[in-house]
Amino acid sequence: MAFLIVTIVKAAVVAFVLLTALAYLQWLERKVLAHIQLRVGPRRVGPHGLLQPLADVIKLITKEDMMPSHVNKVFWFLAPFIAVVFALIPIAVIPFGTELRLPAINLGPVHIPAIRTAMQLTDINFGVLFILGISGLGVYGVALAGWSSNNKYSLLGGLRSSAQMISYELPMALAIAAPLLVLNTLSFRGIVDAQSGFFFGFLPKWTIFQVFPLNIISFILFIIAAFAETNRVPFDLPEAENELVAGFHTEYGSMKFASFFMAEYCNMVTVSCVATLLFLGGWHPPFPAAYGSSYLPSLVMAGAGVLCFLHAASPARPLDRLTLPVVGIAFIALAGIFLIPAVALPLMPIIWFTAKALVILFVYIWIRGTLPRFRYDQLMRFAWTFMFPIAVVNLFLTGLVVALS
Amino acid sequence: MDALLFMIFAAIAVVCGISLVVQTHPISSALSLVGVMGALAALYLLLGGEFIAAAQLVVYAGAIMVLFVFVIMLLNAGTEHKGRRTWAKYAGAPLLLVLLGLIAIGITHHLPASEGVMFGQFTKGTPLEFGRALFTTYLLPFEVTSVLILIAILGAIVLARKEID
Amino acid sequence: MPALPSSVPLSWYLTLSAILFVLGIAGFLFRRNIITVFMSIELMLNAVNLSFITFSYKLKQVDGHIFSFFVMVVAAAEAAVGLAIILTVFKNRQTLEIDELSSLKN
Repeated sequence: MAFLIVTIVKAAVVAFVLLTALAYLQWLERKVLAHIQLRVGPRRVGPHGLLQPLADVIKLITKEDMMPSHVNKVFWFLAPFIAVVFALIPIAVIPFGTELRLPAINLGPVHIPAIRTAMQLTDINFGVLFILGISGLGVYGVALAGWSSNNKYSLLGGLRSSAQMISYELPMALAIAAPLLVLNTLSFRGIVDAQSGFFFGFLPKWTIFQVFPLNIISFILFIIAAFAETNRVPFDLPEAENELVAGFHTEYGSMKFASFFMAEYCNMVTVSCVATLLFLGGWHPPFPAAYGSSYLPSLVMAGAGVLCFLHAASPARPLDRLTLPVVGIAFIALAGIFLIPAVALPLMPIIWFTAKALVILFVYIWIRGTLPRFRYDQLMRFAWTFMFPIAVVNLFLTGLVVALS
Repeated sequence: MDALLFMIFAAIAVVCGISLVVQTHPISSALSLVGVMGALAALYLLLGGEFIAAAQLVVYAGAIMVLFVFVIMLLNAGTEHKGRRTWAKYAGAPLLLVLLGLIAIGITHHLPASEGVMFGQFTKGTPLEFGRALFTTYLLPFEVTSVLILIAILGAIVLARKEID
Repeated sequence: MPALPSSVPLSWYLTLSAILFVLGIAGFLFRRNIITVFMSIELMLNAVNLSFITFSYKLKQVDGHIFSFFVMVVAAAEAAVGLAIILTVFKNRQTLEIDELSSLKN
């Protein structure tokens, strides 16, 4: 019974954090893209535009939701649900940290027993295969959206997008298989546990540093295939706004459009988390605690707090003279909290995991602002004649190295 | 709990199976088949087949059925026309039910009810055991199926390419 | 609501497999669209997979899972070639009804 309640609470917390993270990922994308393009992005709604996602959510929810008369009603209605459901499910098997131990609370009428729970919703033995399968099922949302819109451009966009997704599933699976040969387990917790420790006392035993050049090739292949799976630049031809009249989500408005966007960002988050766990060592710090890695997060947060105070001196809006110092104080308080050993111990793994996933998401956004997009035939040729042979040869060489050692 | 889960997924499988046979538009049939495969994947998990459940989702529901859905969308297959009302349909359906009844009676007669399926009892369905058996005892069929898939790829490419005049 | 048994009898799984197989036969015999006929064949293959895995549970060996895996692989190859053939037939005859694909008759 306690297990059931703990699981429900964990699921609620993870779902809430994920949905908030999706909204703020859009904020991050707009700000970073803006700065790459030498402008500033949203800055009016809240300090530095931090409340912009809230305004967007309110707008999308309150917009009129029309169903065009020429669409195939059942499938048109079902497609965003399918896309979102299969995008949100993989978070259930991703571990965020080691273990959470809460002491028992016995005050007055409230008796909560001591809780020991892993920071993961469930640790499936074949977690990697599960995520591959569920991302494969996400293709149906896109294909059905394109087809049910009864519109030549949407159909073409939907078919191209689904063909792209299934073509890049193959190099992605092969790129995942190579480090799995080295790590010897399919459960995510086992994968991260196999990456603990340090080479030569200072180099972390992350997968990209084991079996030296081959796993870096796997990492690069995985990242490229992940860009194509999530329909992001440079592979976003099927859904770009200036191609094919926005592709397969032409006929969708307000909340259904938001569902497709949410599904795309959620796929990005899932793929970043999988890349962090498989290649970048999950929640292990990049240098040993003996050299002070437990103080780095506090340092970064204190720096962010000081930056907020500096920005409050010359704010974008007059109100920010008051709100930015509040945000700055919050950051410095967080930095102080992370210095307390009792709190830092369960939370530090989450910080490292989040930091690494955020680095990969930043690379996603950075590439979006920098590279042009592929043409469709170049995209498919790239998958089948370039990435697939390299992935196969990489797998073969990794197998050879593992077998000979 | 096991029986409840079995009932739920078996009901989903049967309903989707009936929907596959009854629906007029091929896309609805294809999506019903995806539903059947999903329910069967859950049933394989209940029977302890972890790798085979994942393979069902990745290979069958995630690739083969996507291919079916693609072809249906590409060919723009419309709904079926009403067929001529032949006597075969009216005689065939009860005959199939009789066949089903005979099979069901034969099964329950030969299998003792004492042997039950409990989740967690079968531990040899893990990827480790599966891989061990696949690459030692069944290595030859594995290699032969790789050649088979290669032949199928070549055949599909030759059959479906545009004629270059 | 009658009490459900704590463990599911094996015969229930086999009966479900039989039901799905018979549904596959029904679809194969009574439908006229060639793609639906093909999907009924896939339904029959799935029913047989369930049967294989049930017996693998009973005999406590993993060989049933491996057979089931080979059935999946063969079904994949068959689906690829079969759909390519269907595409070619559609290109030549512009129809997907099996009653009209009868030029070898008589």
